[in-house]
Amino acid sequence: MNRSETSRSFTMATWLGWQVESNWTDPFLFAIYVVIKPLATAAILVVMYSIITNGDYASPLFPYIYLGNAFYIYVGAVMTGVSWAVIDDREHYKTLKYMYIAPISIPFYWLGRGVSRFLIGTIAVVITVGVGALFFNLPLNLAQVNWGLFFVSLFVGVTMLAMIGLILASLTLMMAQQNFFVGEAVAGALYLFSGAIFPLEVLPAWIRPVGYAMPITYWLELMRRSLIGGVAQAFPTLAEFSNLQLLGILTGLTLLFGIVSVFTFRWCDHRARERGLIDHTTNY
Amino acid sequence: MSNYAIETQDLGRVYKIRGNKKERAIRKELVALEGVNLTVGRGELFGLLGPNGAGKTTLIKILTTLLAPTSGWARVAAHDVSQSPHLVRPRINMVSGGESSGYGLLTVRENLWMFSQFYGMNSKVANERIKELLKMVGLEDRIHTKSSDLSTGLRQKMNIVRGFLTDPEVLFLDEPTLGLDVGASRDVRKLIRGWLDANKSRTLLLTTHYMVEAEELCDRVAIINKGQVLACDTPANLKHKLQRDAIFEVETSPLNGWSPSTLEEQPEVRKAASRQIEGGSKLELILAEESALANVINVLTQKNIKVMRLTKREPTLEDVFMDLVGARMEDMEQGGEE
Repeated sequence: MNRSETSRSFTMATWLGWQVESNWTDPFLFAIYVVIKPLATAAILVVMYSIITNGDYASPLFPYIYLGNAFYIYVGAVMTGVSWAVIDDREHYKTLKYMYIAPISIPFYWLGRGVSRFLIGTIAVVITVGVGALFFNLPLNLAQVNWGLFFVSLFVGVTMLAMIGLILASLTLMMAQQNFFVGEAVAGALYLFSGAIFPLEVLPAWIRPVGYAMPITYWLELMRRSLIGGVAQAFPTLAEFSNLQLLGILTGLTLLFGIVSVFTFRWCDHRARERGLIDHTTNY
Repeated sequence: MSNYAIETQDLGRVYKIRGNKKERAIRKELVALEGVNLTVGRGELFGLLGPNGAGKTTLIKILTTLLAPTSGWARVAAHDVSQSPHLVRPRINMVSGGESSGYGLLTVRENLWMFSQFYGMNSKVANERIKELLKMVGLEDRIHTKSSDLSTGLRQKMNIVRGFLTDPEVLFLDEPTLGLDVGASRDVRKLIRGWLDANKSRTLLLTTHYMVEAEELCDRVAIINKGQVLACDTPANLKHKLQRDAIFEVETSPLNGWSPSTLEEQPEVRKAASRQIEGGSKLELILAEESALANVINVLTQKNIKVMRLTKREPTLEDVFMDLVGARMEDMEQGGEE
């Protein structure tokens, strides 16, 4: 045994995840897929925005929506990347039971499996933001970016998404059927309430607390503020909070989700073993 | 340290089965294992012999920490599988036959190397061992083939290599030769025997429904049916218990719907079973006294069943199974999957 259990679980799962994500086609097609997908997403968004606002790219609403959507790519990528590993291993490759009996840390293994999607998501985010700056007047000035806030927020935010992914992966372990789209379903549901496509003020007052309770809302706001500063504060949603306060809330909620994910995993692991679901295959 | 590699005490597993939407309120229970008491010594090759649905796979799942028992306890490598699964896992490995698991996008070497790394093996040592084991099962020329390009049988060989690769204290092989051709099965059996001979402290638990495999490989065999262990001993001792009996095979004309189990009403006929063969049937009889054969022949004559050939033979594990269960395993196989 030359490496710690958590370290080898994470690094080998990262290697495996990258092989699985990148080897399904030849490198050229894979590169095209990685580039085309975010470009298509950005184009759809811009066209929709243009039609609704008559091409008012100067409005602060444009960078708000554009960056919200760009960084929301991480939500689906990380959450689904982590939870999908359960389905992929159990139903498709039929290896979950062998991973399970190996001396590894299953949560770190799942987190490692999510890294490849995070990396592919990063490429998509960079392309989307770059295209926005180059072609759609996204007011991004690299010299004015608060890089410290950006990287710290990105790290805490991705950790938070990974913790939510871990909760979903644990729940997926318990579900014998119809578990294929848990990650995507949750990402889709959160999309409306997290300020990704419109400020929370647009929502009815009674539903806004859902958005305020979600760490993704604070994270997206921090990403916007770190990149485009004052423009992001044109909306009153979280205007009364300073950057530090937002980061504090995000960190606190990430810790909370981290604790919840540990307990959720333990409980689901126990129940799945009780019910014999670890190697239960359905209808992939 | 316990002398046993595997110990179970009153081990049981009951599955709760929910009905469909209409019958959701009705909960059925399926007893997969009941009161299993087993001990397997270190260095032993122990066989679990039973038909599909007997509980063999359930027992392996419990012992490999995949499934929680509903009663009793089990220890593997001296650690409780329910209380300390994290202590059991570094000491075991498992391979299930009859399935094509593995990452199809990875080559044979990559699949095996990856698992070796999950077990914390040194990469160089792992690569050497992969080559050595692949050579032993005749798969060395496929080392760089993507596993999705392998046939089911070759994939199974790759998985068997995965089990041996980490050199576990206790290895569980669940129907390892299921679906393999004769040559491949022979390679696997050779690998199993060779591994144990080279590592006297290693233990192997093998489930099979191939009597010949159990007889050829296992130091001891437990015969399991409907979740219960019916007998546990060396193959020789199990057969020895039948040696006072006379075992006959009788080839006859077609039975035309007549059930040979009615022969068991005859004095000294302990068990009678039949299977169809070309042009008729083959009866297998376990007689407490050889003289009971005369009565059997009389009954067959009365039923207009012609005796074509009569052979007396030595007992096999199949006879032991028939004696314990009352039916041939092959006939029971049609009863259901596990």
